[in-house]
Amino acid sequence: MSQSEFIIAPSKRWLAVNWQELWHYRDLFLVLAWRDISVRYKQTVLGIAWAIFQPFVTMIVFTFIFNRMANISSGDNTPYPVFLYVGLLLWQYYSSTLTNASGSMISNASLIQKVYFPRLIVPATAATTGLVDLAIATVILMGMMVYYGIMPQLTGLLILPVLLMIAVLSSLGMGMALASLNIKYRDVRFALPFFIQILMYVTPVIYPVKMLNNYPVIKELMLWLNPISGVISTARAGLLGQGVIDYGVLGISLLMSIVYFVAGLYYFRSTERYFADIV
Amino acid sequence: MTKPIIEIENVGKCYRIGANKEPYLSLRDEIVKFTSRLRPGIKNRRPSETDFWALKDVSFNVREGEAIGIIGRNGAGKSTLLKILSQITPPTRGKITMRGRVASLLEVGTGFHPELTGRENIFLNGAILGMSRAEIRKKFCEIIAFAEIDKFLDTPVKRYSSGMYVRLAFAVAAHLEPEILVVDEVLAVGDAEFQKKCLGKMGDVAKTGRTVLFVSHNMQAIRLLCTRCVLLQDGNVAANGDPADVTSSYMGSDDNCTGEKSWPLATAPGDDTVRIMSLKTMNGEGDVCSDFSSDKDVFVEMLLDVRSIDAALRVGFELLWQDGTVVFTSHHNDAAASEWPALSIGINRLSCKIPPGLLNKGRYSVAPRISLHCTRWIVHTPSSIQFNVYVAHGNNEFWVVSTPQPGVIRPILSWIKV
Repeated sequence: MSQSEFIIAPSKRWLAVNWQELWHYRDLFLVLAWRDISVRYKQTVLGIAWAIFQPFVTMIVFTFIFNRMANISSGDNTPYPVFLYVGLLLWQYYSSTLTNASGSMISNASLIQKVYFPRLIVPATAATTGLVDLAIATVILMGMMVYYGIMPQLTGLLILPVLLMIAVLSSLGMGMALASLNIKYRDVRFALPFFIQILMYVTPVIYPVKMLNNYPVIKELMLWLNPISGVISTARAGLLGQGVIDYGVLGISLLMSIVYFVAGLYYFRSTERYFADIV
Repeated sequence: MTKPIIEIENVGKCYRIGANKEPYLSLRDEIVKFTSRLRPGIKNRRPSETDFWALKDVSFNVREGEAIGIIGRNGAGKSTLLKILSQITPPTRGKITMRGRVASLLEVGTGFHPELTGRENIFLNGAILGMSRAEIRKKFCEIIAFAEIDKFLDTPVKRYSSGMYVRLAFAVAAHLEPEILVVDEVLAVGDAEFQKKCLGKMGDVAKTGRTVLFVSHNMQAIRLLCTRCVLLQDGNVAANGDPADVTSSYMGSDDNCTGEKSWPLATAPGDDTVRIMSLKTMNGEGDVCSDFSSDKDVFVEMLLDVRSIDAALRVGFELLWQDGTVVFTSHHNDAAASEWPALSIGINRLSCKIPPGLLNKGRYSVAPRISLHCTRWIVHTPSSIQFNVYVAHGNNEFWVVSTPQPGVIRPILSWIKV
């Protein structure tokens, strides 16, 4: 029995992630993810169609406002609606993961106060459930690509997992940090929606990156600080054939998403033991 | 001899209770604190009286297969100790060594989601309690049989009656098979029959050689289930030993033997329907009293603040003997409806007469019980006041009536030759 011996003692600040323990709790992770997905559209008429409806309607409205009225274009001959939709899909994944992960510890407070499990599971669940919505909404993207006769490049499809990984790592990294801040400071709840709204405009969702060519400082900052902007422009290059894939930008995004993830993980781990006391 | 399965060494837990009891800090507070730290001369250390040691210095060992009962008054540190043992919160000092897989049950139905069906919640709750999918699937039928909900398996639990909900929740928990089981007072739910079933299940767990730590206010359950009992008092271990000894010394401890207990409005037990303001034992002259002669009446008086009248409202109390046995339970509406005292909105004073010639020598305690009949408990607290009884009844000319005689009650019954 000695192999299961463990010690409960006053906490040290930083505890390395216990991967073995995380693996042991994989069932809980799956069950919580499944719970969040299956509960989300319970007692709704449209059900899972909401996952398609939201980005689709946003796409139509934004196309009308930004493309027709404000004359923002995709920057080349790529049709604006499909250009916009790629950005919207990834942006919605990113912003909803940030929102859900940052609120996840509070919405699961009753669990945290009554049961032990690696707390990391909670924000990780939030990052996973967003992937399901993303996958469903991708159906529309495929439809649009067929409609406009766009063939994705093979390399574009091959780097998709890398793009998803960057999106997951960066949103989860920031989500973990916000989740643990949110437990202590409820200000996060008010600041975040505002922050996300602003952030959307400094992400190339509705406009192409090259529109920023006249503002090199902003462009550089955006690429470095906001990994999702690299993801969006690479996805447009890879899937829609808009320009060529810039591996330099992709590398920066990957590097920064790892930085965000490690920093978020560090902050989360160094505060998580007291969550139950202050939540 | 093998090492103990749990070693608790000098464990203490400190909570900081600030002068302003904000449940959480806002960023502004932190900035104010930070700037005040920059200016010298301003005291930035919080004074130590805001530190509250919920647990001070607790040490004891648990051997494999032992069933340990943990008792103590509210605020003695029982729940904090369980939270530390279940790794929900870290201790401030000290060390605990665990040698086995722990499952803790601090609440029944943790994580139950109202929108999910009974079946789905079994898997959800099982996973939360640390069971693997395979384990849950293996015990699925047993769980359903235990909970008696097979007809409603595919109904969302938000449509369950509260009884069904609790039965399902406990059924999942009861099928945990850890090496160490930590259980908080979760058995005080459901009807009497289900409680009995739960206690039986707990007993089975203890008998199969698994280690159980069990917090309860139910002294009888502690004495039935546990092999050892630990009494916590103000964050320290006050007694540790044979359950019968520890529970009776706890029940007999003096601090609530005043014959009167009243609660300030803010903490009065109860809810929006009714709150209990005070509880007294009185003699026939109307004086508060805690020592009674068994040939005199004992009046139990309750002061209630009734906010709304409900036909199902039952106000009463349990009378417990010194070892925790319930002697009887009495309610204001046990008798025919024409004899019930009418409750009205506002302050009500109810008095119950315990007739002379009934109680034996010993110490009794009164635990108030208020409920909406068969629906829910409003007040279900541990015993609140105690009184002593000296035997003086009977008119036997030959024996000294005060001779001790075993028994919880001592009625004088009629004997005839037939």
